[in-house]
Amino acid sequence: MPVKRAEKTPMPVRDAQQRAHDFKEVNEGYCFAHAMFEAERCLRCQDPVCVDGCPVRVPIADFMHAVAANDMPKAAKILREANPLAAICGRVCPQEAQCEKNCHMTKRFGPVAIGHLERYVSDWEMAQPETEEPKKPWRKEKIAIVGSGPSGLVCAGELARMGYQVTVYEGLHAPGGVLRYGIPEFRLPNTILDWEIRQLERMGVEFVNNVIIGKTITMDALFKEYGYSAIFIGTGAGLPKFMGIPGESLNGVYSANEFLTRINLMQAFDFPNAETPLKVGRRVAVIGSGNTAMDAVRSAMRLGAEQAMVVYRRSEKEMTARIEEYEHAIEEGVEFHWLTNPIEVLGEDGWVTGLKCVKMELGEPDESGRARPIPIEGSEFIFPVDNVVLSIGTRPNPLLVKTTPGLKTHSWGGLLVDEREVETTVHRVYAGGDAVTGAATVILAAGAGKKAAEAIHHDIQQDAA
Amino acid sequence: MPKIVEKRQLTDITSLYRVDAPLIARAARAGQFVILRVREGGERIPITITDYDRDSGLLTIVVQEVGATTRRLGELGVGDEILDMVGPLGEAPEIPSGGHIVGVGGGFGSAALLCLMKELRARGEKTTVIIGAREKGLLILADELEKITDNLEICTDDGSAGFKGFVTERLQQMIDGGEPGYPDFVISIGPMPMMRAVEKTTRAANVPCTASLDPLMIDGTGMCGGCRVTVGGEVRFACVDGPFFDAHQVDFDEAVSRGKMYVKEEKVAAECQRAAHQEEAA
Repeated sequence: MPVKRAEKTPMPVRDAQQRAHDFKEVNEGYCFAHAMFEAERCLRCQDPVCVDGCPVRVPIADFMHAVAANDMPKAAKILREANPLAAICGRVCPQEAQCEKNCHMTKRFGPVAIGHLERYVSDWEMAQPETEEPKKPWRKEKIAIVGSGPSGLVCAGELARMGYQVTVYEGLHAPGGVLRYGIPEFRLPNTILDWEIRQLERMGVEFVNNVIIGKTITMDALFKEYGYSAIFIGTGAGLPKFMGIPGESLNGVYSANEFLTRINLMQAFDFPNAETPLKVGRRVAVIGSGNTAMDAVRSAMRLGAEQAMVVYRRSEKEMTARIEEYEHAIEEGVEFHWLTNPIEVLGEDGWVTGLKCVKMELGEPDESGRARPIPIEGSEFIFPVDNVVLSIGTRPNPLLVKTTPGLKTHSWGGLLVDEREVETTVHRVYAGGDAVTGAATVILAAGAGKKAAEAIHHDIQQDAA
Repeated sequence: MPKIVEKRQLTDITSLYRVDAPLIARAARAGQFVILRVREGGERIPITITDYDRDSGLLTIVVQEVGATTRRLGELGVGDEILDMVGPLGEAPEIPSGGHIVGVGGGFGSAALLCLMKELRARGEKTTVIIGAREKGLLILADELEKITDNLEICTDDGSAGFKGFVTERLQQMIDGGEPGYPDFVISIGPMPMMRAVEKTTRAANVPCTASLDPLMIDGTGMCGGCRVTVGGEVRFACVDGPFFDAHQVDFDEAVSRGKMYVKEEKVAAECQRAAHQEEAA
């Protein structure tokens, strides 16, 4: 069978029974033969529509050519120039909704595995010795980046490449933002994130942890005392939403943020070697259906839950998680309860004992365009559970806005930006990622960071002229 | 990393540290807190700011050694560095002007009153500080507090110093017309049982009271929601909305229950720390 008529090469994964009990990476990555075969599947379209699906416009066709020609240095260079976080995006991007969705192979044989190849090439790059000398900034202008999540990292990388002196300020004790505290080790190992950050450091980016801009140093001081020419805000959407149902403050109820932060940032899975504990009981219910919900429920399973379940008020069709995470969760034994809406957390002596739910049915489309779930009268029932993890979304953190006069937001907390979609209501203060859009994906944040870097460069050069 | 430039043992298990943390010292306001971590893999714990000096860039904290992290901190001395310290976090409390303001501190909560009461007096308020402990040897910072308040009232359970009885009994005397006068506003910082008792005493007399809550927290920036407390029926985050809340509105039952969530694990961690400490010593 000619390669071009073959089906997508599956990603080798670790055995579900085994991996469901540890935090080691689930996907093992392509081997050389997989990569060569898969790259050959690319049709070399005249009009590579896959690129239109990529928020950072990786020149995918050129990249595929390089891989197929076994020119890994070239492939890595193409990738890195377009996406400074390729090793991460190759692991966490929802390719099925982006580049791979547009692939002409998708309908008949399944898309070319663009994401898997992005990962393969990045992993190849990580395995090479560091030969290039670290770079130093050559421009006199200094730029401050607030927050070291995906948008901040990409913005920093782009600006460093242009020669600016870039400092990234992080409030936590380790950089990476949601890549550090949110996405678990089994999906994105910390060593990958550390490597990406090290590449930025080698490009001349300086990282300062334990500084909360707006609290430790004000925005005003960054301009006036520290002499930054521009500031990029990439503070994300880190504030967890709660449902407002009775029992949410019982012991054993967590926001997904708290649950995952304890595990990922604080390494509660290694308690008591790591001193931050996390209580995971026999039965854990995670409310929500996004990637964060999948991360939480699969983490619960890895921490010993015998019954780990997702409870979601809409149906499988409206689920927002990446398909791969959903499939992996099913393989690992996660239960899914669709059209089920939690209405109360039940407890005894201050501790969670159950989750009271009502069955739903789908009605007419709501304002989001999705079928509105409607409660079925008299269908209330109780799941006996020990933990409830709320993963129903997050919103932008108001901390910086509260302490920065003139910085305006939408009523829901997202920062207001200009018609270029990069500059905020404060002169020379830019923003991107979830802080502007509300909770979205790593790659959209990366795209926003890149766009902001270009605008910062443009505006600073215009100021100088 | 913030370096410890001065360390003073206040009781067997309580020490005062002055650390070189210029960014935090310059931005700090009375009533705010920091979060620190003393080793890789260690917990992040919130500690109230006792005092700050913007010129020297020194920050004062008082820490009682009760768990693994605070004990590890206790092992550090002058010249040692604290691995991570971030702040200032939380909001300074809003205290109305023009009345007799009484700060009530229990245990190492007394330390948290220091810069707060100093600022209020500097603002022109009449101030009284009531501090209490089981016995004389457990009182902390009485000399320092004496200097920054109009009146210092000391209470001990056993009568070994000052008034014999609880801080609330002394407060009640003042409410009932005793010296140094009726409290128009009460600030309460200390262990949960004390803050509950102060709340009860002030509620009965209709005296406004603010309490500084110290629930479990991780990031301290509103991200985890672990520090949520119910105030007036609404869920608030102590790290960004607090740590000061109208004591009469706080659901103390819930706060106490949530505070005990990890009691077992805290013991395990403390045991491990002790074992590691003994191993090092051997």
